[in-house]
Amino acid sequence: MVKAKEKRIITGKFTPGSGIKAALAGKPEEVVQEVIDSGLRGKGGAGFPAGLKWRFAANEKSDMKTIICNADEGEPGTFKDKYLLDNHPMKVLEGMAIAGYAIGADKGIIYLRGEYAYMLPSLEKNIEDIKKNVFSKLKVGKKKFEFDIKVRLGAGAYVCGEEFALIESLNGNRGEPRNKPPFPIQKGYLEKPTLVNNVETFATVSHIIEKGALWFGKFGTKSSKGTKLFSISGDVKYPGVYEFELGVKLRDVLELVGAENTKSVQVGGFSGINVTESSFDKTLAHGDLPAGGSIIVFNKDRDMLKVLKNILEFFEEESCGQCTPCREGAYQLLKGIKMIEKGEKSIRYYKDLCDLCATMKDSAKCGLGLSIPSPFLSITNNFKDEILYR
Amino acid sequence: MSDKVKVTIDGIEVNVPADFTVLQAAQLAGVDIPTLCYHPDLRNTGNCRVCIVEIEGLPLFQPSCAFNVWDGMKVMTNTPELRKARKMIVELIISRHNTECLNCDSNKNCELQDLADKLNIQDVRFEIEPDFDHPIDNSLIVQRDPSKCVNCGRCIRMCNEIQTVNALDWAGRGYEKMAMTTMEVPLAETACISCGQCINVCPVGALVERDDTEIAWKYIEDPEIHTVVQTAPAIRAGIGEACGLEEGYLSAPKMFAAIKKLGFDKAMDTNFTADLTILEEGTEFLTRVTHAVKEGKEGIAFPMLTSCSPGWINFIETYYPDFLDNLSTCKSPQQMFGALAKTYYAEKAGIDPSKIRVISIMPCTAKKFECDRPEMNSSGYKDVDIVLTTREFAKMIKTANIDFDKLEEIKPDDPMGVSTGAADIFANTGGVMEAALRTVWEIITGDALTLELTPVRGLTGIKEAEVTIEKAAEGYEWLKGVTVKVAVVNSTGNARKLFDAIRAGEKSYHFVEVMCCPGGCIGGGGQAKPTSWEIKAKRAAAIYKEDENRELRKSHESPAVAQIYEEFLTKPNSHKAHELLHTHYKSKAHLIK
Repeated sequence: MVKAKEKRIITGKFTPGSGIKAALAGKPEEVVQEVIDSGLRGKGGAGFPAGLKWRFAANEKSDMKTIICNADEGEPGTFKDKYLLDNHPMKVLEGMAIAGYAIGADKGIIYLRGEYAYMLPSLEKNIEDIKKNVFSKLKVGKKKFEFDIKVRLGAGAYVCGEEFALIESLNGNRGEPRNKPPFPIQKGYLEKPTLVNNVETFATVSHIIEKGALWFGKFGTKSSKGTKLFSISGDVKYPGVYEFELGVKLRDVLELVGAENTKSVQVGGFSGINVTESSFDKTLAHGDLPAGGSIIVFNKDRDMLKVLKNILEFFEEESCGQCTPCREGAYQLLKGIKMIEKGEKSIRYYKDLCDLCATMKDSAKCGLGLSIPSPFLSITNNFKDEILYR
Repeated sequence: MSDKVKVTIDGIEVNVPADFTVLQAAQLAGVDIPTLCYHPDLRNTGNCRVCIVEIEGLPLFQPSCAFNVWDGMKVMTNTPELRKARKMIVELIISRHNTECLNCDSNKNCELQDLADKLNIQDVRFEIEPDFDHPIDNSLIVQRDPSKCVNCGRCIRMCNEIQTVNALDWAGRGYEKMAMTTMEVPLAETACISCGQCINVCPVGALVERDDTEIAWKYIEDPEIHTVVQTAPAIRAGIGEACGLEEGYLSAPKMFAAIKKLGFDKAMDTNFTADLTILEEGTEFLTRVTHAVKEGKEGIAFPMLTSCSPGWINFIETYYPDFLDNLSTCKSPQQMFGALAKTYYAEKAGIDPSKIRVISIMPCTAKKFECDRPEMNSSGYKDVDIVLTTREFAKMIKTANIDFDKLEEIKPDDPMGVSTGAADIFANTGGVMEAALRTVWEIITGDALTLELTPVRGLTGIKEAEVTIEKAAEGYEWLKGVTVKVAVVNSTGNARKLFDAIRAGEKSYHFVEVMCCPGGCIGGGGQAKPTSWEIKAKRAAAIYKEDENRELRKSHESPAVAQIYEEFLTKPNSHKAHELLHTHYKSKAHLIK
């Protein structure tokens, strides 16, 4: 159930076909420009300007390009893509087709999280429907518009939400990130240019192309346009998926979802940061609090050391294990916290772990390893007394 | 890409090709960036993160081995932040490593030791927890100690991408991710061909060959035992390097002297049987050609394939058993030597063959596997008793306090020591082909061949050549106008490419030389560590120099070969020769099912 605060875009009304029709009325480069002008940022977590990525992908010359919809929603505490695919699948499929037209790709793949396998029959039926009822009736100039979409299932690895790990998994290899460059838009699926966007990004695009960048730009802040879905869970009265205009204050969000006696909030999922009361007046927007889409609320009864231990256990297991800082670093951070829990290590060892975090933040191969220090440092900083001097 | 770009590394400006990595540019600028999972011969993954650098304008450190340059790039390799990060990363690597260096095979020849030294690591901030859960795997010639593995993945890249053997692979994920054998079974149950290339690229001592030096010492010490040593062609360009001298150091006479000084009774030479192989294999080839061309017989298998490389034999038996009929039936020179040492030499010297032990010094780990094959006993005894690699030979020299460089120069012992330059070049990829052509060409045309056959030389993976026979010697007139097509391939990965093309009917040849190891035996899995194409090129050049300096450069001119046919074998491919010098092969395809 979505509980929107005032304005809805992503979860709002939509007439199937309206987005792709509007796209085909213009040239592909005009579609790319529209996405650039809208200021839309990728909704997967990193917040890279989507239009720019599309332009890079459009500029690549290749006999084959692929659109990939990243539906490997694996960040703990995130379930907004599941909501979208369950309730607004047509917007997502249409957004993929728009992207295909814009960058010159005639194939799309939905990389669906293994745990969402139950969706497969309905999703495949939706694909069949949109091809039959929408795509087949459209033309590009005199030619028939064609866009094929297939669904591929992930197998449960968190790291496969990272775009290159996802692509490697599709390529039949171990799902592990690669060094960049080259980026997926240069050498991705089957070593050909590939555009990877999040489910929500595609859904948003359908609206942007339908109604225009100007309209979209009225929502949000200067650097974070539009609205965003948030998965809200933890110690709140009304957990669920919410759509907020970007720039919303965390405090207002907490109030709306019925958070009481809040001790801290994990913003942006496990890989995001932990904030306390003093930061509740900050906004969820680019450059302020991470707007990755996951908000986990902890009330005063929670033991933050146990929270941190839980987070690190997750990362230690979900690291792909190829680069040293992440593979060994996640293990050492977890081990360190366990030793601190038992009172076996001093504050000096904590400093060593902070040095380890500094190295991980600068040297790990992908976003997973780079972000493990965020929860570690923010939670231990926020709760020094509780964790280090217990 | 020929375009050059300007890169600044620690303030030093260099112009480098646009496809260079930052590490390559740094090497050109004379800036030494520490590395671990990087190897010049392999695809670089940038996983260990030891070679990280700071690039102006980028927020994160980048792995210099896997990051390309761009024009105007400014790189810093030695900032305080980088030093801290690198040290932390190496400490993390050490925290998983068995640090019992003193009793490690790679003690003092270890890239992790070098790193720890270079980064001045005096304290590891984390508990050291090597993997003792997975047992040491000594099921085959190549032996793995998981407690020493640093997860650089060089062995896996070598095994899967260069050799395409797929005996090693990653297992697990996260902290549990480890370089392992495929499906985590003992190596003997994988498709491992014992080529030892994984050992060559292992930066530490996690992969080593079975050590047989103690057996060799026992043979030396036993007064009842008569020891006969043979040295492969590639040893003369490898042992000096393994003893700490410069790469490409060449000395056959000192090599023989070292053998004697160690206390072995006879220092003979595999080169002798390399020459003999040319006569046996050349005759076999001509017989096949006669059957096919002159007599028009059907079902003669072409191309004929060389059979000197035991890693290649393991590979073809496993992956290409449909080509087994194409293999020359000739044993490898090492096994020919073993069979002859315990028959021909025993008879000649009047020694009871049961008291003879044949010790091979080989650049090769697969030779250890080969000598243990049950069929290799045509002398009535185990033809070759043990094989020592170049590295093991060097270890014995070191233990015996021998200064290799100061050894006197001596000749090998008779009757199986004399050889020609054609035998020397067996060490290089293309060498067996060139040696065979020197002899076969002269037989069929009556003309001597130009002695430097450039199309089959060089370290390229797959080389092809063809020649039309314009003039034929008496008895070979039927060959006039025939175009002979040959190919030379090194590394089993390249062999796979070639044989897939032959299987698909895209390529056809009369004769193909295959060497299992990249570069041929000079790049063998038992040679000095570290190794790279650059080092291999130096060894190869030394071998060609050895050949050039010879008076005799064609196998059929070897007086020792003439003598053995006269006194013992009668003629090439004779009944006796077949009994002692030829063998058969069997499919091992079950290993990949």
